[in-house]
Amino acid sequence: MTAPRTLYDKIWDDHVVHQADDGTCLLYIDRHLVHEVTSPQAFEGLRMTGRRVRAPDKTIAVPDHNVPTTLDRANAATMTEDSRIQVAALDKNARDFGINYYPVSDIRQGIVHIVGPEQGWTLPGMTVVCGDSHTATHGAFGALAHGIGTSEVEHVLATQTLIQRKGRNMKVEITGSLRPGVTAKDITLSVIGETGTAGGTGHVIEYCGQAIRELSMEGRMTVCNMAIEGGARAGLIAPDEKTYAYCIGRPHAPKGATWEAALAYWKTLFTDEGAHFDKVVTIRGEDIAPVVTWGTSPEDVLPITGMVPAPETFTGGKVEAAQRSLDYMGLTAGQKLTDIAIDTVFIGSCTNGRIEDLRAAAAILKGHKIKVKRAMVVPGSGLVRAQAEEEGLAQIFLDAGFEWRLAGCSMCLAMNPDQLAPGERCAATSNRNFEGRQGRGGRTHLMSPAMAAAAAITGHLTDVRELMV
Amino acid sequence: MTPFTTLTGIAAPMPLVNIDTDMIIPKQFLKTIARTGLGKNLFDEMRYTQDGAEIPEFVLNQPAWRRAEIIVAGDNFGCGSSREHAPWALLDFGIRCVISTSFADIFYNNCFKNGILPVVLPPEAVAHLMDDAKKGENARISVDLANQTVTAADGVVFAFEVDAFKKHCLLHGLDDIGLTLEKAASIDAYEARAATTRPWA
Repeated sequence: MTAPRTLYDKIWDDHVVHQADDGTCLLYIDRHLVHEVTSPQAFEGLRMTGRRVRAPDKTIAVPDHNVPTTLDRANAATMTEDSRIQVAALDKNARDFGINYYPVSDIRQGIVHIVGPEQGWTLPGMTVVCGDSHTATHGAFGALAHGIGTSEVEHVLATQTLIQRKGRNMKVEITGSLRPGVTAKDITLSVIGETGTAGGTGHVIEYCGQAIRELSMEGRMTVCNMAIEGGARAGLIAPDEKTYAYCIGRPHAPKGATWEAALAYWKTLFTDEGAHFDKVVTIRGEDIAPVVTWGTSPEDVLPITGMVPAPETFTGGKVEAAQRSLDYMGLTAGQKLTDIAIDTVFIGSCTNGRIEDLRAAAAILKGHKIKVKRAMVVPGSGLVRAQAEEEGLAQIFLDAGFEWRLAGCSMCLAMNPDQLAPGERCAATSNRNFEGRQGRGGRTHLMSPAMAAAAAITGHLTDVRELMV
Repeated sequence: MTPFTTLTGIAAPMPLVNIDTDMIIPKQFLKTIARTGLGKNLFDEMRYTQDGAEIPEFVLNQPAWRRAEIIVAGDNFGCGSSREHAPWALLDFGIRCVISTSFADIFYNNCFKNGILPVVLPPEAVAHLMDDAKKGENARISVDLANQTVTAADGVVFAFEVDAFKKHCLLHGLDDIGLTLEKAASIDAYEARAATTRPWA
């Protein structure tokens, strides 16, 4: 009998092409997602060496980081010259190398990590990579998914493999159920608050426990998306009935007898009883509150009922970093979080740009007007946008005073024109609150879509539970 | 890729923890389709004011560290995005080695693909080297990849661990795509097998 294995062990074992004596493995890659920012140098490398894309049918490209999200984006003048060149390069590379492609004009275009699952490219038990750290998102399906650099993008394009050493196993268990007003975003931020941004370094996290099981697939994607902010390259959730129900019927999901065969295989994808984890973190679902970040690292997380901490209370060389955070964020120790006034609200990103996120925000906004200077919703894909319009959510956002945008990464990383001005304070549903992330000098507080909506209608950070009836 | 063998140089002290890739190279510089030319924007928002003037206090703007080839950094260096523009910018500036107590995984990997050696050492060793770094030209640090050692200015030697394959590639400046393509038969065999066991993939 073989030793009990974790979910990560099983997926890994099924993808080893070759193992060297020193343990270095060549790992097969089932899906390679590509966007315009981290791929041009990789395609250029192929051209210079006369190499081809080994598996164009397993390679999927979509422009998302640079593209404007304003309604007039078909007009080329809405893009800067360098952005236009980058998107044009992806158009050309997709055509020249014959890979699957969703151009800006396609309704299926959107953020790469939203498009992959939506189109059924992402399936349980697969290896998925992309030149983007939030590739961890796809782990929600029980797929081993992680970000890679451009050199590795070129390596995967040329060989459909990656040279890898196996990481360690880490289990994050969320027991019990979440309380009302608490969401997947609060889980994932709370875990990072607990473990720190380096807590998962060298590990693949498997999220498990009742509260994880009770999440929808979209919630699970939110949780896995931010595994990277906890330092882990990948996060995983074992597939179950919810996973299969999400996948069935998607354009690139298997059909008929192949579906049945896939299903039988997927049902073997769970961590065996007694399998070893190198690190275990357990959090009670009932203990998780709606949270926000106060600083410039995703680990700077506190319940919304809390106060801005004093830097001198930190240890491990973090006193200086905490003081720097407070200076950058323009906050004072002891200030109540709910007293922090907000200028701008951003709802979107690969973390929280899916239909359920928009529903959660709209439920809070309905019948209210924003009290912030500006607020925008950027759906994660053209299809999410269309569905939100059909459900009447778009009208709720517009009536409240939000801008209703086209799909893209937008203000999550502010490579396109959607940026914060210096000192502008934003309630954001995205994933990083680093200095300058949303624009030089911009101040970011991360939170769930419902919490961002609550801040939009009160004009300050707000405990969404107070607005729920 | 330029091989990395040994290096003796000035180290810049950057004790801040969690120096992320947005700090190393802000996103407005990711719109390039080249790998070169990013050095002038390394640490851009820490290094320059909004109107492009140098911020004199920033370490790499100070005369002692303008020609630094090594960075001694706080914990979790390179966290954040997967952008390889971060090591490209470091390399273009002239940094060939970064020493810290820990690195984010993707950044760590990306360094090896670009002739940069990331060295992980225990906190006491990093603190010792940080003191050297603060002395600039008066306390050069030596790094020897073959022997896996870092030697402080006072002669104290710290040994570090590095993956054997990564070390081999970096020492010889090898293109790992070429190495992998030598295993094309194994990849063909795997694909043939997977076509029956996992045809949906």
